[in-house]
Amino acid sequence: MTQPFRISGAGRLTPARSLRFTFDGKHLSGVSGDTLASALLANGVHLTGRSFKYHRPRGILSAGAEEPNALVGVERDSARRTPNVRATVQELYDGLTAVSQNRWPSLSFDVGAMNDLASPMFSAGFYYKTFMWPKAAWKKVYEPKIRAAAGLGVAPDQPDPDHYASRFAHCDVLVVGGGAAGIAAALAAAESGVRVILADEQAEFGGALRYEAGAKIDGTDGWAWAQQSVAKLAAMDNVRLLPRTTAFGYYAQNFVGLVERVTDHVARPDRHAARERLWQVRAKRVVLATGAIERHMVFADNDRPGVMLASAARAYLNHYGVAVGRTVGVYTANDSAYYAALDLKKAGVNVAAIVDLRDNPSGPAVEEARALGIEVNHGRAVTKVGGKLRVSSMTIEPKGGGGGRTVAIDALLTSSGWTPSVHLFSQSCGKVAFDEATKRFLPGTYAQDCVSVGACNGTDGLEATVAEAFDAGEKAAREAGGTRAKAPPPLTPPLKGEGDSEAFTPPSPLRGGVRGGGSGHPVVDASESWAGGMLGSGPGAGAGTTVKAFIDFQNDVTAKDIRQAVHEGMRSIEHVKRFTTNGMATDQGKTSNMHGLAIAAETLGKPIPAVGLTTFRAPYTPVTFGSIVGHAKGKLFDPTRRTPIHPWAERQGAVFEDVGQWKRAWYFPRAGEDMHAAVNRECVTVRQAAGLFDASTLGKIEVVGPDAAKFMELLYTNPWEKLDAGRCRYGIMLREDGFIYDDGVVGRLAPDRFHVTTTTGGAARVMNMMEDYLQTEFPHLNVWLTSISEQWAVIAVQGPKSRETIAPLVEGIDLSDAAFPHMSVREGKICGVPTRLFRMSFTGDRGFEVNVPADYGEAVWEALWAEGQKHGACAYGTEAMHVLRAEKGYIIVGQDTDGTVTPADASVDWAIGKKKKDFVGIRGLSRPDLVAAGRKQLVGLKTRDPKIVLEEGAQIVGDPKQPIPMKMIGHVTSSYWSENCGHSIALALVVDGKSRLGDTLHVPMPDGTVEVEVTGMVFYDPKGERLNG
Amino acid sequence: MAKAAAKTATTGTLRRPALAGREVLAGGARLSVLPPAERMSLRAPAASVAALSRALGLDLPVKPKTSASSGARTALWLGPDEWLVIDQTGDPLADCAKVKALHSAVGISHRNVAISASGPGAEATLAAGCPQDLSLQTFPVGACSRTILGKVEIVILRTAEDAFRVECWRSFSDYVLDFLTEAAGDAAG
Repeated sequence: MTQPFRISGAGRLTPARSLRFTFDGKHLSGVSGDTLASALLANGVHLTGRSFKYHRPRGILSAGAEEPNALVGVERDSARRTPNVRATVQELYDGLTAVSQNRWPSLSFDVGAMNDLASPMFSAGFYYKTFMWPKAAWKKVYEPKIRAAAGLGVAPDQPDPDHYASRFAHCDVLVVGGGAAGIAAALAAAESGVRVILADEQAEFGGALRYEAGAKIDGTDGWAWAQQSVAKLAAMDNVRLLPRTTAFGYYAQNFVGLVERVTDHVARPDRHAARERLWQVRAKRVVLATGAIERHMVFADNDRPGVMLASAARAYLNHYGVAVGRTVGVYTANDSAYYAALDLKKAGVNVAAIVDLRDNPSGPAVEEARALGIEVNHGRAVTKVGGKLRVSSMTIEPKGGGGGRTVAIDALLTSSGWTPSVHLFSQSCGKVAFDEATKRFLPGTYAQDCVSVGACNGTDGLEATVAEAFDAGEKAAREAGGTRAKAPPPLTPPLKGEGDSEAFTPPSPLRGGVRGGGSGHPVVDASESWAGGMLGSGPGAGAGTTVKAFIDFQNDVTAKDIRQAVHEGMRSIEHVKRFTTNGMATDQGKTSNMHGLAIAAETLGKPIPAVGLTTFRAPYTPVTFGSIVGHAKGKLFDPTRRTPIHPWAERQGAVFEDVGQWKRAWYFPRAGEDMHAAVNRECVTVRQAAGLFDASTLGKIEVVGPDAAKFMELLYTNPWEKLDAGRCRYGIMLREDGFIYDDGVVGRLAPDRFHVTTTTGGAARVMNMMEDYLQTEFPHLNVWLTSISEQWAVIAVQGPKSRETIAPLVEGIDLSDAAFPHMSVREGKICGVPTRLFRMSFTGDRGFEVNVPADYGEAVWEALWAEGQKHGACAYGTEAMHVLRAEKGYIIVGQDTDGTVTPADASVDWAIGKKKKDFVGIRGLSRPDLVAAGRKQLVGLKTRDPKIVLEEGAQIVGDPKQPIPMKMIGHVTSSYWSENCGHSIALALVVDGKSRLGDTLHVPMPDGTVEVEVTGMVFYDPKGERLNG
Repeated sequence: MAKAAAKTATTGTLRRPALAGREVLAGGARLSVLPPAERMSLRAPAASVAALSRALGLDLPVKPKTSASSGARTALWLGPDEWLVIDQTGDPLADCAKVKALHSAVGISHRNVAISASGPGAEATLAAGCPQDLSLQTFPVGACSRTILGKVEIVILRTAEDAFRVECWRSFSDYVLDFLTEAAGDAAG
């Protein structure tokens, strides 16, 4: 093992379990349990990337999810290249390949770094005011250049080969965050027997106990207590533990989105395993135990690799056994950084100096530092650091200025205090409140059934945290209806000796708190250590200075940028944010927002709460598209619906078209036929012999009840009361506004039973609209609706030989014209199975629609096909169906109508019951605009050149010589070549169309204007003799 | 020809159910496409429930999300006036035809396809796409619901602690079986 910064005996990892990995092609080794960041640090690597805008060298700032700097690409293979992975959360696995980003040609020599020298050009809001002229150059020159120069990782360019799982889950208590607080809350809730989910973003539960060496809970080491408690929870069947799981979004009614990373830490993931799993959790109560995030100090060049958060350095030492440097400096304004110094010192790392902004820091941490011989500089500041690719020195000055000295270091640990993680609380629509005493935003008014505990609630100290969390867990379980509560648990709340165990009762030295007060650090002022610190820029980076003192590392925003934004007129923090992009990177300003706010407030001369806080939005940390998509890709992207007859059509070589979710046979090409030839043949065959058409996708609704006819009268324009059982009628359905909504043939099976058909596309919405009216407008009617779309397969048999085709197979139905006239329906048998046989036509020729229960559809089709062959019948698809109906001027709702067409416009007003007093849309029909002249009406069009087939959607003008823009008076809705007519045919909506019959109009097209004659809508068999032909 | 067709019908080749006999073992669940069954959508006001119950030979459930069974017949509560009656052997439509009390009975035997999901991962398999709480305590054996799976509507009936009957419309059965197959792969017990 050659990891020069791994300290023997420190941390919790097992050095023998070594792993290999590469960074920018360099072979390195780490240890099982490492993150990529800890492994890099163990190898002495701080420089991990280049910054977004200035290409400044950047290192590892943190040890957690808040990391803004150490973003790398992790590559498993050519398709699995994940950009912008935070090295601090990426677990190391054997063979991991990581590359740095936003640098060329190499990380240590990056040409783009000239941006840093040219930075005055790129200051806040530069893209709003620079490069604005000439206008055309923005799109062609400036934007592409800026985009190429700025940015981080590169998105993968191949389809994501991984799959992603999803899971809905319900629980009584969801605990977010598995630190001391979360574990305590989960224990308390779980003991009462309710269903508990405990989620934490880290690989192991324990939270801040990861680095708080010396903290003791329940008489044991804090980390060990966490692992024991988690083991106990894991053994309970009412508890689900979700490590590596980030609660990223808090939505209405305690609906929380979590993403679990399943295989990103595995060297060779099971091919079948989901990479990530999205959990959508509905919880009766939510306990937020999300902790706090440490802030860095704001001073010149505070972004140099090696400058990092104090708690991070502590985590790398105490958990991963890694020293972040040989000679470290500490710059702080509170106590918590002292403990990093103490731990490092005790581990044998040289602590060059602690620089404390406070004038008279005191307390146990300070005393211990002095006792260990660490130089403590109070009332002083680090005003700048030396080194570019790695920090090499710090300059210590009195905070009032004057007389600096330079100290050599190779790492600088900073802390300006802690920001409670109120992200999820805020997402839950809770309102945060500014705590003036501690200068932090804390949960104020709750909007949902949740509670915040511990550091995210501003609670200082481990004892108070655990007590608060345990109580909250218990209360949440009780409120969630924990009726299955077991006997009092052996683990009892920590306080006041209550109960029969000393569980959670911390040894007395612990009283005083945590972050600053682990048991090894007695008698610490907890409020100071948690809430102390400072906001905004430190000495040397304040107003009037021009140094690069970064507040937002990921978006390269400096203290100066914030001040500039205010000087340029931004007053609201929301404007400051957008002008400077502070907090707008993928880390969402976890370390920067409070600094930015404080600087803006100071510059504006207003108190912080008066300037406001930007909104916290989901996701808390970046979420992959894959996890959001989940199973919904490939064949599960959307259902593909196939009819029972689909397999036959497939065997016949049909070409299918997508109609909504349905696959419909479009045409049935024979050898050598193109679509045109196939459709022409199908159209001619149907009119000369017969054709079979799969109409199974039609919507079908069975309307049953004594008031069925009354209901039909109200929903359709037509009269139904007098329709005899056994007869059919073409029905039109309107919306309230009087426009056509749907149409279809309706058969009356019995006085109280209708078989309604709808368009394929309208099946679901017609059913919904009917149900809506029935439940809200006509609840007094005794009638019920049942979708039978999929109960019945429908085979349309059309053409002069249609009766001969079906006759041999039908039993119990007299097929003669007298007994079974056009627009009739009979129940009987075909091929020995039940049928609802309709005599109807959507071609204008004699026709039948054979309805059989779906599972019989294919076999009955085959039988009909065999019969049809004797008469020269063909199978025809949706294209021929469209042509045939257009030859007859039959409209298709949604093609020839567009939601603004009335029955009169479409010349189907004959279907309106003239004596009817009420139906949906009747009042709409009498609206002034719907009866006024000048409406667009549906007419036929014949091109002067019969060979020209118009384009559907083409616009129509009266005078083709008029100046552009021309006045458009209509458009083509349907257009086909009609082999039966020997010329092209078209339907069009034209202003006052019905009064233009015989007129010549024009259709301007890119390659010339097409002359057309306005005709009636019926092109074939205008007298309708073929219906009985 | 009619004779020949009838003969074919008796041999059973006329009926070609979707996904007939398909069975998938994936992860923590066994998915089996169930054989055809008689199904009826029954709608009726409360006043008719007693008469219909007598005719059907079971007490139509009136409590949300519950079902009642008698022999091979099960009635699933789907709404305040709606039941799905599934029968492996008898003919519920014929039984209801005699009932004078107000109701609507519509045959939907062929509309639906049933898939059984069973095994230790059955619940988690459904939970991949169904937002309902399917835990035993809130969704015990016999519980049923019309709900969704991914992007489609389904009806589920818990037939055992570790088994569900999933009913969907015929043309959605490909999607449902594919969805359950993929989900089961992620639901190892």
